[in-house]
This record gives sequence, structure tokens and C-alpha cells, in this order.
Amino acid sequence: MPHSESAPESEDSPIPMVDAVAETTSAETPAVQQPADEDVDMTEADSGSSGTMEAKTQENQADSVTEPATSGPTESKPATGVKLEELFDEMDSDEDEEFPTTKKVAEVKREAASSPDLIDSDMEIDLHEASDPEIMRTFYQRLFPWRYLFQWLNHSPTPTNDFGHREFAFTLQNDAYLRYQSFTTSDLLRKDVLRLMPSRFEIGPVYSANPRDRKTLRNSSAFRPLSKELCFDIDLTDYDDIRTCCDKANICQKCWQFITMAIKVVDTALRDDFGFKHILWVYSGRRGAHAWVCDKSARSLDDQKRRAIAGYLEVIRGGAQSGKKVNLRRPLHPHLVRSLDILKGHFQSDVLEAQDPWRTEEQQEKLLALLPSDQKQLVTALRNKWTSSPDRSSVSKWADIDTVARTSSSGKIDTKSLLDAKQDIVLEYTYPRLDIEVSKKLNHLLKSPFVVHPGTGRVCVPIDVKRNLEGFDPLGVPTVQSLIREIDEWKKPETTEGGEGGEGEGQEQEKHVVDWEKTSLKGYIEYFRGFVLGLMKDEREGMKVKREREEGSGEGMEF
Amino acid sequence: MLRSNVSRIDPKRRNVLDHRKKQFAEAAYKDTDYPHRLNFYSTPPTADITIEQFEQWAIDRLRILAELEACSFRNKSPAEAASHMKPLLDRYLPLDTNSSSSSQLFAQRQKDHYSHFILRLAFASTEDLRRRFTRVETMLFRMRLNADDSRERQAFINSLNLDWETVSDEEKRELASELAATASFGQKKGSYESQEEQTWCKVSWLRVPELVEQRRVYLRQGYAYVPAREQQAMVVSEFSSRLERQLELTARALPRLDEDDRLTPILAHLSKNFITPDASYVGTSSAISSADISARNIDTLVANHHFPACMSHLHRTLRRDAHLKHYGRLQYTLFLKGIGLNLEECLLFWRQSFNKITDDTFNKEYRYNVRHTYGDVGGDSNRRGGGYSPYSCQKILTEHPPGPGEAHGCPYRHFNMENLQTLLSQGMGVTDRGVLNGVKEDKEKQKFHMACNRVFEHLHKEEIKKAKEDGIMTAAQLETIVHPNEYFKRSYLLKNMGKMQGDVKMEG
Repeated sequence: MPHSESAPESEDSPIPMVDAVAETTSAETPAVQQPADEDVDMTEADSGSSGTMEAKTQENQADSVTEPATSGPTESKPATGVKLEELFDEMDSDEDEEFPTTKKVAEVKREAASSPDLIDSDMEIDLHEASDPEIMRTFYQRLFPWRYLFQWLNHSPTPTNDFGHREFAFTLQNDAYLRYQSFTTSDLLRKDVLRLMPSRFEIGPVYSANPRDRKTLRNSSAFRPLSKELCFDIDLTDYDDIRTCCDKANICQKCWQFITMAIKVVDTALRDDFGFKHILWVYSGRRGAHAWVCDKSARSLDDQKRRAIAGYLEVIRGGAQSGKKVNLRRPLHPHLVRSLDILKGHFQSDVLEAQDPWRTEEQQEKLLALLPSDQKQLVTALRNKWTSSPDRSSVSKWADIDTVARTSSSGKIDTKSLLDAKQDIVLEYTYPRLDIEVSKKLNHLLKSPFVVHPGTGRVCVPIDVKRNLEGFDPLGVPTVQSLIREIDEWKKPETTEGGEGGEGEGQEQEKHVVDWEKTSLKGYIEYFRGFVLGLMKDEREGMKVKREREEGSGEGMEF
Repeated sequence: MLRSNVSRIDPKRRNVLDHRKKQFAEAAYKDTDYPHRLNFYSTPPTADITIEQFEQWAIDRLRILAELEACSFRNKSPAEAASHMKPLLDRYLPLDTNSSSSSQLFAQRQKDHYSHFILRLAFASTEDLRRRFTRVETMLFRMRLNADDSRERQAFINSLNLDWETVSDEEKRELASELAATASFGQKKGSYESQEEQTWCKVSWLRVPELVEQRRVYLRQGYAYVPAREQQAMVVSEFSSRLERQLELTARALPRLDEDDRLTPILAHLSKNFITPDASYVGTSSAISSADISARNIDTLVANHHFPACMSHLHRTLRRDAHLKHYGRLQYTLFLKGIGLNLEECLLFWRQSFNKITDDTFNKEYRYNVRHTYGDVGGDSNRRGGGYSPYSCQKILTEHPPGPGEAHGCPYRHFNMENLQTLLSQGMGVTDRGVLNGVKEDKEKQKFHMACNRVFEHLHKEEIKKAKEDGIMTAAQLETIVHPNEYFKRSYLLKNMGKMQGDVKMEG
């Protein structure tokens, strides 16, 4: 399909392609480029991570590590036991490299601590910028779920081209942007990340050939993107004209509700209308959320189909100057009726009450401009009413529209058109505002889940939309600094003082507690693991069906 | 080397000799018949035609396609385009219905069939040409499909073997309200009373992406429920997707086209004559040699009303916010490049304009993009081609409509009337009621070019009058503007007529 390869070929086309800049298809050489989705991000100074955590001396941690050895049932543990463990470690080296156990952390921490003063060294963790390479290194070395990331992109436990031909792009510390990286296994990816220490890395499409070999291929059609998850990007900056609590890169619990309702609407539509099942929502680290639709059918969509989905979901159109941004035809499409149902409650509580968007005189004009233009009388009546009682809340003003419409010269008001306009207003203030370019293109890159946002230090954790969408707190997301402290503060759970049985269990447990399990990242990684397992299961079944069909048809075709 | 020499001996005969090509050779003797007026062009022609026919048929079809594309540039509605095209079609590419009992049926259909395939060869070479060819061919197909006699159309559609599942009555009842809401989309009130009788078919949504995009179908679990009257759209999208696929294959086969030098020049010539208006605006052709275009006098140029509304809005926004979003920067940079601002000056201009950020931020985040636009960095072809060419009105009108907080696009299209009036009166000094009303009417009729030209004529009426009187500019030089850079150029030339008469005469 020509659509699917528009980007790589655009280099040859005499007509400029807009996306060429948005995505630098032409980055032949690693080049400085600004990722398209975040305009202001890097310009904002780090808002600062809290430095108020109580300092814990390293001696304490050392104690916590050695504690088990000296206490209770484990006391009698023979010295050879350790060696035995190491033996196991080697056999299981894969896992241990990925998720090293406590002891190693303690060692590394001591090595890393530059100052001999132990208290200071701990304080340092808090005061460090999130982008501090040392902190980042520890995170990627000890906490990042490499294996699940690999399985997620690879769709199978053994390496395939789904992972091997996948493009990764690194933003290096000096802000250079390194595209077309690829790796056969998660281990190689991990090594390169640790070597280059990118401030973040992004995931692109699977190509028809290894991205690293792209220059050796004779013609451009031999190197084209084949598949990528269908992605969505919702960003609070797009809500700046309707949110009153924050602007630019700042967010709070109040305006995060816009993201919550957006996720609900988009997620429902993708599942019910398009029949997608594997949708991963990820906090983008600062002020938005990404969706990764991972179903096989979604991954192989070409640009035209992606555009179709984007268009289907897009309701708010028009730039800053276009006035009313929602102009829907009636009757509303079933998708919009359903979305309106979802959004109504949010409009009342999260917009009218929390945002109070029309309180001032200037703001109320915005609301009046959205009412049907042929009902001048209503507009004047409302304006008079509100001028006479200034500082009226948006809730009351919203209710006033109906009251005034009912009382004043009732014959003239077209209730149908007023209702429609009110619906449009509800949608304009609640309906998801998607950064649609991300969804339209097969070869758009998007920041990987679990990467640390360099500005905030927050980890881009997945959001469990089924169980805890409402409760997700973007400001409470673990930061890389807090996580590293958590590892250090972690104490092995007291083994039940139950005698002989306890000893064996204790050893077992100690061996299997990997670093992320000691931190608040645990829940997120477990959720991700569950998601990946579900995806791989479906993938395997799909393969089985396909193979059976092929075998079946193979017999029929015999000649 | 040796082998190709051998095969050069007798190219005519080779086809027959090569066993791998036997299957094609055989078809040469099979006559194609055309049971339907319309054609999905799935089988290539196999009979012999003369070289003159080859060229003439291709040129005739090209003429039609070029005109169709022009219609879409001018934003003609389908009905307007159809009436505009009818005489041309009758003249160059007539296609009569079966019922018309014309004796020319076979000849007409053959010409249609052959010319289509000749142009495929000519337009398969680059992505851009393929996309445009698919677009105009699809327009032509749609126009013909709509004009077709309903019985013949049905027969044609049935012959295509598109497997569509019909929705059962039971399911229809179950989804009654959803389907009703979908079916009445775009219909006039009352015209859908026969709801129950309407047939619905159910296909994977992947087959009707366009209908999905416009929410004209009901979607459930990946299936699209398509009302009967949208089936035409499905046929059309099927046509365009098949053509796209076929062109792709043609493109791959092109290098192996065993051709002597009779056809290749014709094909090359054909595709050259099919260039877009904005492609012709590369480099400095729109720049005025004697004009002083530099970063510091951009403001003056804006103040002198040399910039069309879209660019003057971008400029005002830039001055107000000291920032523009991505597409705004792109649209404006390309325009500035088109009027002759060189890269150094352009970088200087943006650096000075983004006065709230540090040098470091500018260098990191914006410098590269500006350079990329000028072809100073990037891939080989970008550098060789000198970057992108400035956007035409067509592109600005149809691609990337502005989202919240974005200032690019065409004000006549993307602004509401009030904001447009504010822009025109405050930004461009248009206060004449008549002009504003005219703009309003144009906007309502979606004639955005007309609105823009109206404003241009109003702002330059003195000069235009003078130019006409003195005979400096011919009528051709004053036809409708369809490119922002043309707007600038014409404006600049008109305002500086006295100073640079020589310049004006030579260029158009």
C-alpha cells in the first residue's frame, strides 16, 4: 500500500511532505531534532523533586541487608549456603542481570557514593536531577522491565523480527536524536541504553528490513515500515483554553480529570466500536497519556486506516480563531451519544464545579458566543442577568440558560437548537482532544513506557484503566529518585518465626525478590506483565489458527 | 551483458520466445469485450494499437484528468464539477451507456481502457505521481458511477463480486436506534421514513475507512454497518485501493519495461505535463530579484499588505506570542523562503521573533527544522531538491487543518466569520462593508479563493486599475491567485509599478 510507505519515500518526491519535518524521515545522520509531540517540554525548567524525605543513613541499609544473616532462624545458615546461591545465580544469570538482588545494590551504592560521608551521599539522591546519568543508570540497570518490554514488542518469548526490525530512537544527553537503532534481544537494547544513557528513548515501527541495514538496501521500497501499535496521545496543553487551574506543562489533580475522561471515551470506542482488546494506557511522565493499541489487527493498519480511526474519534476541530469548535450534525452518531453519556457527569463535577470556566465577565462571553447565534434575545437576557449579579458560579450560569430560556418569551426559543448547542458545549469542554498526528502515521515514534521523564523524574507507568483509572494520581507516580530510595529502604519481610519450614522459605524468597518488587513500581510492572502475557496468549492462538488453516489448505492443494 | 545483447536482437520476437512470458503472449489473441460502461481496470489491454493512438489517447485522458484536478483546486462541488466536465468528457473521452445503442461503444470503451493503462505507466514512477493519479482517476470513476444509469450501475456492481454480508432483520431490530441515527446522517428530514426496508450490509470496517472517518456508518466490534446508499462509496474506495495496489506493482515492474525508445519518451513527456501548481513554485521563480527581502523588513512588507490573510495572521500571531506551533512555522517559513528570504536571513528572523527563549533552546529545537525546510540538512534528496516548496492554497486548504492553539491554515476557511472580520479589519485594513459581505458570501459557498482574491483586488484596486489602463499587465497576469506566494509577488509588483516597470513586463 503506498500509504504505508509514504514517509521513507517522501525523500524522493518532489513535493514537500509535511510530516518530513515532524518526524525527520531524512535523518540520515543522527541529528538534533525536536520530537514533535512536546513543544515546550524541554524549555521548562525542572520543577524540582521534593527534597524533604527523611535521610536514612547508609549504615541502616547495610544493617537491613545483613540483618537476615544475623537474626533468628537464618542465623544458623552455613557459609556454604551463599555459594550455593551464587551457583544458582549463574544458572539463572539472565534473570539476575535483569533484576539483581539486594546485595548487589548495596555494593553498587557504596561504589557510587562519591562522598565518604554516608548521610550526604543519601541526600544527594534526592537533590539530584532526575536526568543525572548516575541515577538513570541505576534505574535502567536495576528497575526497568526489559524482559517484559521485549516480550511486549516481540509478541513471543523467542526473538523474532517483530523486535529485531523495530526502530528505537534515543534522545541523548546532549539532545542529539539518534534514529534507526535496532536490537535483536532485550539484552542488547539494555546494554546500549546503559552505554549511551539516553535521556529517553522512543519506539517506532517494525520495518521490512533491519533498520541498521537500511543504507545497504538498493531501493527505498525494500525498507518500509510494516507495522506499529496504533497510538494515541492526549496532552493537557491542548486543554489550555478550557482549563483554569494550570497552563503549559503544569498539571494538578483537577485538570488531570480531563485526561481521565478522555481515556474513558477513547478506550470505550476502541473496544466496543473497533473491537480492539489489548490497549495499554501509559502516563507520559508530565502532563498527558499515551495509548498503545497492540492487537495484531491494529498493528498492521496502514496510514489511511489510521487516519480513519483518528477522524472517527476527532470531534473538536478548528484552531484558536475558529470560534465554536464542535459542530456536529444531528442526530448524533451512536459513538457520540455514548460519549456524551460518559462525559455528562464529568462536565458537571470536573468542569463546572472544579474548573469554573465562566466565572469572570470575560470568560462568560466565551459561553455566550457558543449559544445559537440566532437567539440574540436569550443571549442579551443572560448577559443582563449575569452583569447584575457578578461572580456567579459556572454551575449557576449553566443552569440559568435553561431557566431564562423557559421564562423569556417562551414561544421564540427553539428548544431543539438550544439543546443541540448545549450538547456541543458539553463536548467542547469534555471530549478528548487528541494529538491526531501521532495516530495518523504508521512511522511516528512514541516514548517507550517505563522511561523516566527527564524533566520530572517520573516514570512513565501504565495506567490500569479497568481497575484504577479514577484513582490514578499523576503527581503520585514514583519518581526515579524515590524508587532508588525505596530499594535502599527495603527490608526483607520478617519470615514467619515458624521453625524449620521457615528457613527454606526464607532462602527461596530472598533469591526471588528482584529490585522492582521492593519498590512502588511493583504494581505497575505486574500490571504490565499481565498485559503482555494476555497479548502473547492471543498472538499464540492466532498463530495456531493460521498454521492449522495453512496445513489444512496445504493438503487440499496437493498435486 | 551478454544476455542482454542476445535479447536485443529482436525485441519484437522475444516476447514470444521467452517461456516465462508465454502467459502474457497468449493473451494477445484474446479479445477483451466490455460488457459494462464502467471498468475496474483489472485486466491490462493486450491488443495492438498504433503509436499515434498510444500518444493521442493518453493525451486526451490526461486533459480530462488535469481539468478534474483543477476542479478540485477550485473547490467545486461534485455537481458543479460534473457539469463543468460534461462537455469535455463528451469531446475527449466519451462513454455511452449500453442502452444508448451507439455504434461506438466498443471503440469508446477500448480507448478508455487503453488510455488508463498508458497513463498508469506514465504515473507509476514516483509516490507523489501515483497518489495524484489515484486521486484523479478515482474522481473520474466516481463521477461516472454517479452519472450511470441505475440499472447498469447495479449490474456493474454485481459483476464485481464484492462479498458483503446483509444484516438480518433480527439484528436490524436489535440495533434499530443506532442504525436510525446513522442512516439519517446527512439526509433531509423525513426522507428516511422507510427505515425498516433499508438494506444494511455488514463488512469489516477496514473495507470502508472513508465512511468510518466521517462517521457515516455504525460500528460494532470491528464491523461497519453500511446503509445501502453508501455502497457506492464502498465501490469507489474499492476502486481506489485496487488502483493503488496495482500502481505499486506497476512501479516495481517499470525498470524492467522492455521498451525500445519509442514509448519511453512519450511516457516521460506525459508525466512531466502533469505537475502540480505548487511544484512549479520551486526555488526563486516567485522571488523578485530587485526586492530587498531580509529579516528586518518583513514587518514592513506585512504593513504594506503584501501578505495574504493566512500569512499576515501567522505574522501577527508570531509577534503577539513570540512563538508559533509546528505547522505554523512550517507554513510561514516556506512562504518566506518563496518570497526570496534566504536561509541566513530566515534563521535570523526566527531567532529574533522567538525572543522569549534562549539561544541554546533555539539552536536545539528550531534551527534544524528551518534548515531542513531549506534543504540545508536532511537526506540526500531533501538536500538535492533544495528542501520543500512553498505551500499552495490547495495544500493549505486541504491538509492539516489547525487544531487548538494553532495559527496556520487559511483564515477564510478555518476562522469563523467574526474572527475573520476582526482579522481583515484590524490586521489588513479592510473595512469596506461591501467587501466584507462579499467575503462572507464566498465563505458560505466555500469559495475561499474568491474571498482571498476579493480582498486582494480591494486592497490593490488603484494599482490594478492603473495597470490595466497602462496595459502593463495582461488579463492573464491578473487571473485568480491560487498560491500565497503569487499573492505576494503580484502585490509587490503592483505597488512598485512605477519603480520597476521592466520587471513587471517580463514575468507573469
